[in-house]
Amino acid sequence: MDLFEHQAKELFADYGIPVPRGIVAHTVEEARAAAEQLTGRVVVKAQVKTGGRGKAGGVKVADDAADAVEKATAILGMDIKGHTVHKVLVEEASAIAEEYYFSFLLDRANRTFLAICSAAGGMDIEEVAHSTPEKVAKVPVSALTGVDRAKARDIAVAGGLPEKALDGAAELIEKLWCAFVDEDATLVEVNPMILAADGQVKALDGKVTLDDNATFRQSDHETYADKAAEDPLEARAKEKDLNYVKLDGDVGIIGNGAGLVMSTLDVVAYAGEAFPGKPSPANFLDIGGGASAEVMAAGLEIIMSDPSVKSIFVNVFGGITACDAVANGIVSAFKLLESRGEAVTHPLVVRLDGNNAQLGRQILADAALPRVELVDTMDDAAKRAAELAAAGV
Amino acid sequence: MAIWLTENSKIIVQGMTGGEGTKHTRRMLASGARVVGGVNARKAGTTHEGLPVFGTVKEAIEKTRADVSVVFVPPAFTKDAVKEAIDAEIPLCVVITEGVPVHDSTEFWAYAVAKGNKTRIIGPNCPGIASPGASNAGIIPADITTAGRIGLVSKSGTLTYQLMYELRDFGFSTAVGIGGDPVIGTTHIDALQAFQEDPGTDAIVMIGEIGGDAEERAAAYIEEHVTKPVVAYVAGFTAPEGKTMGHAGAIVSGSAGTAQAKKEALEKVGVRVGKTPSETARLMREIMQSR
Repeated sequence: MDLFEHQAKELFADYGIPVPRGIVAHTVEEARAAAEQLTGRVVVKAQVKTGGRGKAGGVKVADDAADAVEKATAILGMDIKGHTVHKVLVEEASAIAEEYYFSFLLDRANRTFLAICSAAGGMDIEEVAHSTPEKVAKVPVSALTGVDRAKARDIAVAGGLPEKALDGAAELIEKLWCAFVDEDATLVEVNPMILAADGQVKALDGKVTLDDNATFRQSDHETYADKAAEDPLEARAKEKDLNYVKLDGDVGIIGNGAGLVMSTLDVVAYAGEAFPGKPSPANFLDIGGGASAEVMAAGLEIIMSDPSVKSIFVNVFGGITACDAVANGIVSAFKLLESRGEAVTHPLVVRLDGNNAQLGRQILADAALPRVELVDTMDDAAKRAAELAAAGV
Repeated sequence: MAIWLTENSKIIVQGMTGGEGTKHTRRMLASGARVVGGVNARKAGTTHEGLPVFGTVKEAIEKTRADVSVVFVPPAFTKDAVKEAIDAEIPLCVVITEGVPVHDSTEFWAYAVAKGNKTRIIGPNCPGIASPGASNAGIIPADITTAGRIGLVSKSGTLTYQLMYELRDFGFSTAVGIGGDPVIGTTHIDALQAFQEDPGTDAIVMIGEIGGDAEERAAAYIEEHVTKPVVAYVAGFTAPEGKTMGHAGAIVSGSAGTAQAKKEALEKVGVRVGKTPSETARLMREIMQSR
């Protein structure tokens, strides 16, 4: 999960990392009050979970409260790379002497952590890393030994930071490492990390990505969830513990196993190219290895409540849960939904393969469920599901 | 022949007394795998599923000469369980547990390296390893395929099963599910190297998915070191950017890590890449028939 800048900075502050004083505003009026409270020059910053915000005009300096109102009016509601700005951070303006770049992240390829540090921070860091990679230090950090003050100082030196910034940077980096580890983050980025005119090293921006697998020991992370931006279907699926992602197309997809479902999306998209309107997947839904009747019913229910869905493709490989059990699950799911007055009305293409596939197909054939078609292979089933969606029945 | 897991492998199960541990211990035993005991500090000295329960991995090895451990403990305890297996220097540790925080897997990997890499770790968040007809360590269904001469390495569980099933008439030497997490103990490259060296393997199926650059690195390795034919499949061509699709590793951000980039990297070094799982099976079928 990615945090908003203001959340990242609140987190940094909890770890003793210097950040500018700031107040979140959801309306122009709140922005005025915030600017009045902070007094003097302020910066109005769009709160969106994407990069390139400054270049898109989402960050503006305001001389006073009246100016802050003007700037907030321009920024609130703005679209930045598909993200609508619902709130701004109004922050005291900092007197910047120099701008640096710093981050801790996971280095997947080397299976370790990495510190990235550069004296050439700011909006153009990606360009710097590309054209003059020698100006960007990449220092591996072991999960066993971590980062103490001395190591932090070494990293700052490697990044080419000047002598006058080393003490402050080392302190900030050490504290940032504590935040990275204690909060189970996979990324903490400070760009720019600034040397202020008064000599203090501060985090002027903050990006944090938290590991969703760690929620069991980070119960407070739930408060960071951005309910407003959540897709309503995704939110409902989450309540039912379903692994569901909403997509743009019209073929509803249910399968077992993340890889198989991802593969199903591809196969349906390929098949769709041959039909009018080019039908494509409406969602990703992985019901896991078990595929019980309850989970199948919950999955069908979510997919049918998506108004863009025109056909449904159930793609199951019977492994530990064999196909006969999956077929019984589908039959029970239909009964369960019918008893709730939510009978399945969409055409449904089912492909069962793997253990007891014949038996599973027989069970479905015998049940003679309305609008259910059995197709033997994944490729042919995808074609049929796309065809049905194109027909728009 | 097979890689890493043979008919002589003796398996212990860490977390055998839990729900998943019990269910899959039964399945492994039914498939003919030599499961010789379990580990649970609180139930040491008892028996479970007819097998002895030991207090530690070290004790289990001393008493049973086990050389493989399969880990089913919950995510909160996985790091300690794997470190214990590393301390006991068990040659193979298969971590099935899903949902392990990445700080924990990074730490146990660093620990394994610091201890001299005496333990091969497979996973976490993986279906395990199966050498059909010989042994089965994990949750791969034993009855979907047969013994043969194809090697398979995959990030995805169900896609592994799909390919094992489609190619069941040829059969497999070993199938390894390495898991889709960002940090894993055994990589595509490790498996490619082992299959290349294994006299019982004639050809290799490699299954990848979006995220990271493991497939690109595997392609570079194949170009240098692999002479056996390799057929590949990559899932996630149409996955939208920035959305996680169930596997923590399967997230596309920016241009690197896309399925298209992986496909191109593999094809450049002569690997045939199937557009769908069935086409991938067909490509492998052609190779096996021409031998």
